Amino acid sequence: MRPFGFERPETLERAAGIVAAREDRAAPPPLSSAQFIAGGTNMADYMKLGVMRPNLLVDIGRLADPGLRRIAASPDGIRLGALVRMSEAEENADIRIGYPVIAESLQQAASQQIRNMASLGGNILQRTRCEYFRDISWACNKRDPGSGCAAMDGFNRQHAVLGVSDRCIATYHGDFAQALIALDASVETQSPRGGRTMAFSELHRLPGETPHVETQLMADELITLIDIPAKPWARRSHYLKIRDRQSYAFAVASVAVVLDLEDGAVRDVRIALGGLATVPWRAQEAEDELKGGPLDERTAGRAAEAAFAGAMPREHNAFKISLGRQALVRALLETRDMRV
Amino acid sequence: MTADASSVSTPWMALRDTDRPAEPATRPDTVVAVDFIVNGKPCRLELDPRTTLLDALRDHVGLTGTKKGCDHGQCGACTVIVNGRRTLSCLSFAQMNDRDEITTVEGLASDGRLHPVQQAFIDHDAFQCGYCTPGQIMSAIGCISEGHAETDADIREYMSGNICRCAAYPNIVAAIRQARDEMERA
Ligand SMILES: Cc1cc2nc3c(=O)[nH]c(=O)nc-3n(C[C@H](O)[C@H](O)[C@H](O)COP(=O)(O)OP(=O)(O)OC[C@H]3O[C@@H](n4cnc5c(N)ncnc54)[C@H](O)[C@@H]3O)c2cc1C
Ligand code: SF4
Ligand code: FES
Ligand code: FES
Repeated sequence: MRPFGFERPETLERAAGIVAAREDRAAPPPLSSAQFIAGGTNMADYMKLGVMRPNLLVDIGRLADPGLRRIAASPDGIRLGALVRMSEAEENADIRIGYPVIAESLQQAASQQIRNMASLGGNILQRTRCEYFRDISWACNKRDPGSGCAAMDGFNRQHAVLGVSDRCIATYHGDFAQALIALDASVETQSPRGGRTMAFSELHRLPGETPHVETQLMADELITLIDIPAKPWARRSHYLKIRDRQSYAFAVASVAVVLDLEDGAVRDVRIALGGLATVPWRAQEAEDELKGGPLDERTAGRAAEAAFAGAMPREHNAFKISLGRQALVRALLETRDMRV
Repeated sequence: MTADASSVSTPWMALRDTDRPAEPATRPDTVVAVDFIVNGKPCRLELDPRTTLLDALRDHVGLTGTKKGCDHGQCGACTVIVNGRRTLSCLSFAQMNDRDEITTVEGLASDGRLHPVQQAFIDHDAFQCGYCTPGQIMSAIGCISEGHAETDADIREYMSGNICRCAAYPNIVAAIRQARDEMERA
C-alpha cells in the first residue's frame, strides 16, 4: 500500500477545510490527493489494491456534529445523517414502517459486518466499478483516465446495459441509492463555499467522456444529510434484488418501486433500476407508461419494454435486458399487492 | 441541477488560515500512536499509518486468533467486535479505531470456561479445517445479540458474511441455535 497521512478532525468545517487547502482541490474527489474516509469499507479495500491513492486521508468518523448520526422522522419526511450506519437505518422502526424500500435495500446489501461499519454517505458514494477497475494491471478509463477500457471486449457479464458510454460500462452497485431515487430524496452538502441541496437523482453523473468523474461533488464537499419527503407513495414501496447467490452478493438486477394507487389505478409511480445501469437509474419511460391506468401483468410488461428500449448490451450481458424486464414486472406486481 | 450554493450561507464554513496545514499532521513516513482496549486491557501501539486493525491485532498485539482470509471484506475470517458491533478488522485502518473497545476470540472464555458459542461449535463439530472458525464465532455472537438468530433462515442470512471453504454450514447453524437458546436462558 502507498504511504498516506491521516487526519481525524472533529468539525465539519475543519474536515472540509483540510481538503480545500490542497492545491488539487478542484480535482474530482476520487482523484484528489486528500480524500474523506467514513466506514472505510470501500476506501480501505481500494487503497490496498492501489486503485484509490490519496496521500492524505481525512477520517470523518469522529465528527462531533450530532446531526450526522441522527435519524429524524417528522410529518414532512425523514432526514438521515450521513454518518448513520447502514445497519442502524435498516433496523429503524420509522424507516421499516414508513419507508420499507429503504429497509429492504439496506438489509440485502453487503453483510451485517459491513453494514455495521459502513455509513449511508459512504454507501451512496461507493465507487461505480468493475473487476477490471479493481486490478491495476488492466486498462481502465475510470481508474486511469485515458488508458482505455478492458471491459468493452472483455468479460462484461456484470456490466451495465443502461447509461453506458464508449469509455465505460461499469455498473453502479449500490442498493440504497435506488430507494433514494424512487423516493425522490435529496442530499445536503457542506463545503467551504457553503451548503447546497441537490436532488439525489442529480448527484451521480453518467460516465460519458469522463467516467472518472462520478458525481457532482467537489473534493472538499461533504454529504451531511439525506432528506426523504413524506409522500403518499412512501409506505407502498419495495425493493427487489436479483443476485447470483441469495445473500451477500451485488445485484445482477434490482428494482425499487414506490406506488400511489387509487381505486386500482396508478396515481403516481416512481421506479429505479440497479445492477443494470452506470448510475442509480430512474426508469421514467416506464413510469409514464403506467401513470393513470391499471397495474396488471400486461401494463407492467409494457412498462418493462419501455424501461429497456434504450438498452445497449455487450457480448456477455444481453441477458440483463430480459432479466431486468422480468424483475421490473415482478417488483411492480409485488408492490401493488403489498398490504399497507 | 437544483443545487443552490448561494442562498445557504454558513459563515463558519469560511476558510481560515488555520485550515491550511502545509503538511498533513501525520506524515506518511512516520509512526503513529494508537490506543485501544483489547479484551478489556488497554494497549498502546506505535504503528505504520497503513496498518489495518487486523494486522495490528495479529502482528502487534500478538493475538493471532483473528484470521486473515481475503483481506478485502469478502470472507468474514477477520470478524471482531468493536464497541459492541461485529465488524471486519481487515477493512479498518487501526488509526480509525483509536480509543475503541475491541473483543477478539481470545477474549471470550472466562474463568477457564468457554463462551457458549465456542462450546456449541465444539458440541456440533461446526468446523473442519478451523480457519474460518474464530470469525464465525465472533460473528455468531453478534448475530445472536442483535436478535438475528430467531430462525434457521435468519441465521443463514445474517451469517452470510462468513464464508466457510469447508462448507461446515449446517453444523454452524446448529451450533448457533444451541448457543442462542443457552444465551437467552442466561
Ligand atoms: C464484500 C463487499 C460486498 C458488498 N456488497 C454490497 C451490496 O450488496 N450492496 C451495496 O450497496 N453495497 C455493497 N458493498 C459496498 C458497501 O456497502 C460500501 O463499501 C459502503 O457502503 C461504503 O460506506 P463507507 O462508510 O464504508 O464508505 P468509505 O469507504 O469510507 O467511503 C466511500 C467513498 O465515499 C466518500 N465519502 C464517504 N462519506 C462521505 C461523505 N459524508 N461526504 C463525502 N464523501 C464521503 C469517501 O471519500 C469514499 O470515496 C459491499 C462491499 C464489500 C466490501
Ligand atoms: S467498464 Fe469502466 S470501470 Fe470497468 S474497465 Fe472499463 S472504464 Fe474501467
Ligand atoms: S479477511 Fe477480512 S473479510 Fe476476509
Ligand atoms: S472450517 Fe475450514 S473454512 Fe470453515
